[in-house]
Amino acid sequence: MRRVVIGVGNPDRGDDGAGIEVARRVRGVDAFQDATGSYRLIDLWEGAAEVIVVDAARSGAPAGTVHRFQEPDRPLSPGVLSSSTHSIGVQDTVELARTLGRLPERITVYGIEVADVTQGHGLSPPVEDAVRRLVEEIEDA
Amino acid sequence: MSGEREIEVGYLARVEGEGAMYLKLDGDEVLDLEFRIFEPPRFFEAFLQGRRFSEAPDITARICGICPIAYQTSACNAMEVAAGARLVGGLRDLRRLIYCGEWIESHALHVFFLHAPDFLGYESAIAMAGEHPDRVATGLRLKKVGNGIMTLLGGREIHPINVRVGGFYRVPTRADLLALVPDLEWALEAAIETVDWVSSLPFPDFERDYEFVSLSHPDEYPIHEGRIVSNRGLDIGVDEWEEHFEESHVAWSNALHARRQPGGTAYHVGPMARYSLNFEKLTPRAGAAALAAGLEETCRNPFRSIVVRAVEIAFACEEALRLIDGYSMPDSPFIHAEPRSTVGHGASEAPRGLLYHRYTIDGEGLITDAHIVPPTSQNQLSIEDDLRAYVPGRAGLPDDRLQWELEQAIRCYDPCISCATHFLDLTVERQ
Repeated sequence: MRRVVIGVGNPDRGDDGAGIEVARRVRGVDAFQDATGSYRLIDLWEGAAEVIVVDAARSGAPAGTVHRFQEPDRPLSPGVLSSSTHSIGVQDTVELARTLGRLPERITVYGIEVADVTQGHGLSPPVEDAVRRLVEEIEDA
Repeated sequence: MSGEREIEVGYLARVEGEGAMYLKLDGDEVLDLEFRIFEPPRFFEAFLQGRRFSEAPDITARICGICPIAYQTSACNAMEVAAGARLVGGLRDLRRLIYCGEWIESHALHVFFLHAPDFLGYESAIAMAGEHPDRVATGLRLKKVGNGIMTLLGGREIHPINVRVGGFYRVPTRADLLALVPDLEWALEAAIETVDWVSSLPFPDFERDYEFVSLSHPDEYPIHEGRIVSNRGLDIGVDEWEEHFEESHVAWSNALHARRQPGGTAYHVGPMARYSLNFEKLTPRAGAAALAAGLEETCRNPFRSIVVRAVEIAFACEEALRLIDGYSMPDSPFIHAEPRSTVGHGASEAPRGLLYHRYTIDGEGLITDAHIVPPTSQNQLSIEDDLRAYVPGRAGLPDDRLQWELEQAIRCYDPCISCATHFLDLTVERQ
């Protein structure tokens, strides 16, 4: 069974790189890094039985909180995942794929709550901790 | 209808970057109109100073995630011209081929996801997908084909890392390129079918007498090099841009406004300009598809630019297939080009239009001064003139309908605000 992990974000914008960092570290799956979480995701998860997308989130929860949305049981709630000025975000991409009948059978979207998305440094401690835990959880599943 | 009113769109959707529109009307009369670019300035020209000439393609590629190849190409052209070097044979073919990939992905994004929903009355491509799933799926696949070329030649689809002054770091084998052929053959047929589809969309009866400006090349439809020409007699080398155009700052835009000199008039760059100035150089099937779709050899209705973009997708597929067919792998992935104590000018046709770069290089090969003029900067005046001309006769429309139509008019230009600031948001005020 092909498992695909897609990390979404910009590693030059602090905690926005959380998803990218998960994709970089995780072992035992097909892992991809994607800048915008846009149309390309639909191609990346083509043919996969299970898909995990990890993006940065901003809902007002404490930094490092991991939001989990699992299709079809618990669909994405609007407005939690950070948006993009350049294209559509993960949530719209999931909706587009659903409309086109190209949503994988099982897709889980994780949103890691950010603390700092200013430019030019790595992850903040609570987000680093959340990334480490999430990588273990994906590898152990 | 009389009485002053204001329409304000605080944040324009389905454009690249952050912009707005403000319109103040008294009946049919436009009192005030601003196409506002508020995306913060990005200072690329300033931080190029002191960097090596060879860094310009990778630094300027970061200006845009949709058209990085345009930036890389204009920068490479400038440096190569400054060094007296010139790409020929397979290297020249590859430079043109990767640019075809960018035209395909950028135009597919605009035609299917940004502009078609306007004509069909949908808020977004996602909403459009419900009733037009096959169209949206075609758009996705076309975009993927374009991205595939960029990934193969550029190392990755966004901000490619394999392009350098003088050519490439690594070049593909003929077999590598042949693997692209089946997808491109599908894409060519899909693009020609798309030309037919978009030509059936409802277009407002609106034309303007633009000064079209684009590159022109004696033997080919312009993409990556050529002279700068217009339909009003301009015919200059790229190194003469600054003698015939001028940039100025206006209070409501973080992007400089470019004008023709002398006279300070607006001009129009992009697919309609390229098409109207170079129709006879289109590849056979693209040209035939344009005529079959009812386009004449000159197109002055900005709303029909969606048809022109579809024609250019077909052209780019046909051209890519031609380039692959004739490709032989170069002996070296790049040629020597080391500019010293000189000035280099470079231009290419970004999907949105002419992109001009000028660099001053010192005796050590360091950039002392850089000037970058993206297409959206050059089109700002034309966009504002379009809106001023479009409103009379439509001022009786309710605010939401008028706003919809004016946003659609802006999107005809596929504006890339992020590029232009190196800046969109809509306000209509009625009195």
